Amino acid sequence: MADLVTLTIDGVKVSVPKGTLIVDAAKRIDNDIPVFCYHPKLRPVGMCRMCLVEVGRVQRDRATGQIVVDEAGQPKIGYGPKLETACTTPVEDGMVVIGASAKVKDARDDVIEFILTSHPLDCPVCDKGGECPLQNLTLRHGPGTSRFLFGEKMRFEKHVPLGQPDEALIYLDRERCIQCARCTRFTTETVDDHVLGFYERGRRLEIVTFSEPGFDSKFSGNTTDICPVGALTTRDFRFGARPWELTPAASLCPHCPVGCNLTFSTRREAKAGGQPVIKRVLPRQNEAVNEIWLCDKGRFGYHFAESPARLTTPLVRQGDRLVESTWDEALALAAAKLKAAGAGLRVLAGGRLSNEDLFALKRVAEAQGGRAGLHSPMAGGEPVQRLGVGAGTNLGTLGKGAAILVVASDLEEEAPLWWLRVKQAAERGATLIVANLRPTKLDRYAKHKVRYQAGHEVAAVQGMLVAGSSDYAEAFAKATDAVIVFGREGLDFAGSAALAQACANLALATNHYGRPNNGLLAVWPHANDMGAWELGLPAQDPRQLLAGAAASWIAAADPVGDGRLSAADLRARGPVIVQELFLTETAQAADVVLPAAAWAERDGSYTSGERRVQRFYPAVPAHGRPDHQIAAELGARLGVALPKFASQVFLEIARSVPAFAGLDYAALAHVEPQFPDVGGRDLYYGGTSYANEQGLGLPLKSGAERGAAVTPHTVEVPHVAEGLRLVPVTVLYDRGTTFAASLLMQPRVTAAQARLNPADAARLGVRAGDEIELSGADWSVRVAAAVDEQTPAGVVLLPESAGVTVPPGPAPVAVNVPAAVR
Amino acid sequence: MFSEIIKGFVTTGKYAFEPRVTTQYPEARRPVAPRFKGRHELKRYDNGLEKCIGCALCAAACPADAIFVEASENTDEHRFSPGERYASTYEINLLRCIFCGFCEDACPTEAIVLESNYELAYYDRRSSIITKEQLLVAPPAGAASTPRAVEPGQFTRSVPEMKNPD
Repeated sequence: MADLVTLTIDGVKVSVPKGTLIVDAAKRIDNDIPVFCYHPKLRPVGMCRMCLVEVGRVQRDRATGQIVVDEAGQPKIGYGPKLETACTTPVEDGMVVIGASAKVKDARDDVIEFILTSHPLDCPVCDKGGECPLQNLTLRHGPGTSRFLFGEKMRFEKHVPLGQPDEALIYLDRERCIQCARCTRFTTETVDDHVLGFYERGRRLEIVTFSEPGFDSKFSGNTTDICPVGALTTRDFRFGARPWELTPAASLCPHCPVGCNLTFSTRREAKAGGQPVIKRVLPRQNEAVNEIWLCDKGRFGYHFAESPARLTTPLVRQGDRLVESTWDEALALAAAKLKAAGAGLRVLAGGRLSNEDLFALKRVAEAQGGRAGLHSPMAGGEPVQRLGVGAGTNLGTLGKGAAILVVASDLEEEAPLWWLRVKQAAERGATLIVANLRPTKLDRYAKHKVRYQAGHEVAAVQGMLVAGSSDYAEAFAKATDAVIVFGREGLDFAGSAALAQACANLALATNHYGRPNNGLLAVWPHANDMGAWELGLPAQDPRQLLAGAAASWIAAADPVGDGRLSAADLRARGPVIVQELFLTETAQAADVVLPAAAWAERDGSYTSGERRVQRFYPAVPAHGRPDHQIAAELGARLGVALPKFASQVFLEIARSVPAFAGLDYAALAHVEPQFPDVGGRDLYYGGTSYANEQGLGLPLKSGAERGAAVTPHTVEVPHVAEGLRLVPVTVLYDRGTTFAASLLMQPRVTAAQARLNPADAARLGVRAGDEIELSGADWSVRVAAAVDEQTPAGVVLLPESAGVTVPPGPAPVAVNVPAAVR
Repeated sequence: MFSEIIKGFVTTGKYAFEPRVTTQYPEARRPVAPRFKGRHELKRYDNGLEKCIGCALCAAACPADAIFVEASENTDEHRFSPGERYASTYEINLLRCIFCGFCEDACPTEAIVLESNYELAYYDRRSSIITKEQLLVAPPAGAASTPRAVEPGQFTRSVPEMKNPD
């Protein structure tokens, strides 16, 4: 590259891109300049003064501007009288940086001594003790003694829950804070939640939260990773273990299609009978997926795996009861029922199953002539398979010249890490176009906000096909790279298929497909919906899929609980076999219930929304059996041979599914150096996130990249009925099967509250706080009402999966205020 | 030959009138040396609160991996030790312990002490794991035991301010 700058750091020459800071340049040659306030993912502030170094610059003659040379003909280096902060000083050609001198050592000793004047040194009881940047840097740089008096330390509150005492996720210890502002800068700059701030000045300075509920951010847990001391710690891990006692186990987040890489910290515990238990979840670095961040759902929402409500023994139906049984008996019974169904066997699989599970279920079903489908309210997988973002896509590299279109999705609630990365792309200069029926948080960064009426999602995208129809359509067409992110807000099953096709048409018309950083990105409701599509299990309405079924085999899906199918309807279609973690409403209607192992208890792989196939590994002992093994056991009894281990099943997938050709578990486990490097001795630099040693995963090629024919298809613009419509909106903290059992997060679960526009509310006579009755053709629910201006006229917004059962898509709705209320 | 026999009787006779050196264990016991390293004890402060704060530094220092600690959070209604943290599980496997005393050295509150008890026999291997109840000493006379309710804001510091040894 032309704009490389060469400088010398402690005698070592290094060439780095122009604009790099000295501290980052030093990192590239493994020269550790200690920092507290600097973080490679945040803007530098130079607050802690720990990174002071001697900086020498090439001297120039003031009059002529010529480089001054010494007797030997070398450029003369001039040093400033004072030390400079390496974290705020960009590199210059010929610069000489000295970090290993007595002057620098003295400065660092003084800074450490000064920082410790108000630090309580209660490392023995601190959750950070053992992985604490302050502890490590004090041992490496501190003077060892202090001239300050221990008794004169500032005394502050040591136990401040940031939020209601029984709800706070993060605890603050005010004494331990060294005022580096990493947390306040992360919340305000990086995730744009202005909920943390500084209060008072000097030694009295304190971190405060002023949101309701306290520290109201979906990314709050990340501040505990980057806090260089134990000032911010999580409720989840509070006094859970000492860091050196923990064994890491790599995994993935099972909650949304982003596929964030994470690491379980496990420890053998007396209360678990000497078995390993998960003590906490930390991010695992993957710069192409989640960088070093995790949202709070991923970080704190893993507890469902250890819920006492988990199924552990197979159940079989005797009359109207389910009684405990043995695996052999239950499997034999299930196999007999499936065999009797013959070609009438229908498999309904959930999107939290791994690729291996889905493949095994499909293989068994199809060997009998049956069919398998995905239980998901969102269709439109085929266009994404063909025109999805190209292999090698990294939202973190989108910037100037690129465009991102987000349609019908509230990304912050549906896929928080994509929200963050799209936001950052917009801040780097990418043109962000946000089209939705209501304002969302992403609007703040959008260059173009497109507001359409509910039901006109497809028309809004179709409109962009007309050249010159709007400035944003033009900006999108002209962009060098463009990604179309689409969700399903305000869309029913058919509507989401139409929107996917409309987006595909737009990608084709503007030639944004078939290469990295170009194509479609679907915001699926589950972690592995994309994998199901790639493996040939298309999403289907359960009623349609199970029509004509002679036996239903349902894995990791709860169509009854979701209100898509009544238990009686399900049972009327022949025997029901369910593989589940919990005794869901569907499982209660089953003839045989087989307990499945949770993802933390087994290995497997997920295909993320970006179509990156990534592995997860077992961390704790299993309560049940992996779904693919249950399928293999049943398959064996039905005459279908399936391998026992996930890695072998994956090889089968690679052999028979073209998109997965050539992949295997070893390839998925490959790693490469990433910058900034985190983990290990870089604790003080990047935070406590784990380095990725277990695999970055590999992206699948889109159909277009593999040479599949890509042609636009006409899309029927759906007819929109007049009148008030109910629009279910996805919320992050819902009551899904895998989240409801994570008790820690229960206080944050979204209440079932219908939101109305003030005009609609006035017309209908609804006041905020009223209990209202929403009803449609064959349903009716009672919920509390809220009135807010953000809700567009003509719709009633209701959080999805919030404890009340409503139709999956938008539906005509009548609002009644029950007389009893007035 | 006779001279040897007589010499033996003389020696025996001489010791018959010396003070006795054997003790009638277990009826009688000899005092142990001040620095003797016997079975561990978890000490209490004079007010009856436990010194152990569950920091697990003893477990980290233990070369034989004999100590296992699980910590929990104190509240003023249910207080075990000063400060925020106490040991909810504390186990030592005496079959693994080599009585090196590193745990004593590592303890920031002087809670664990290798005391004088050397009678460590048991009938099965499971009993070699001694629990917190067995390790914890009784509260001093007049002091209440733990857990107990205390005035809020009274015990906020986990680690007492200790003087350096002179």
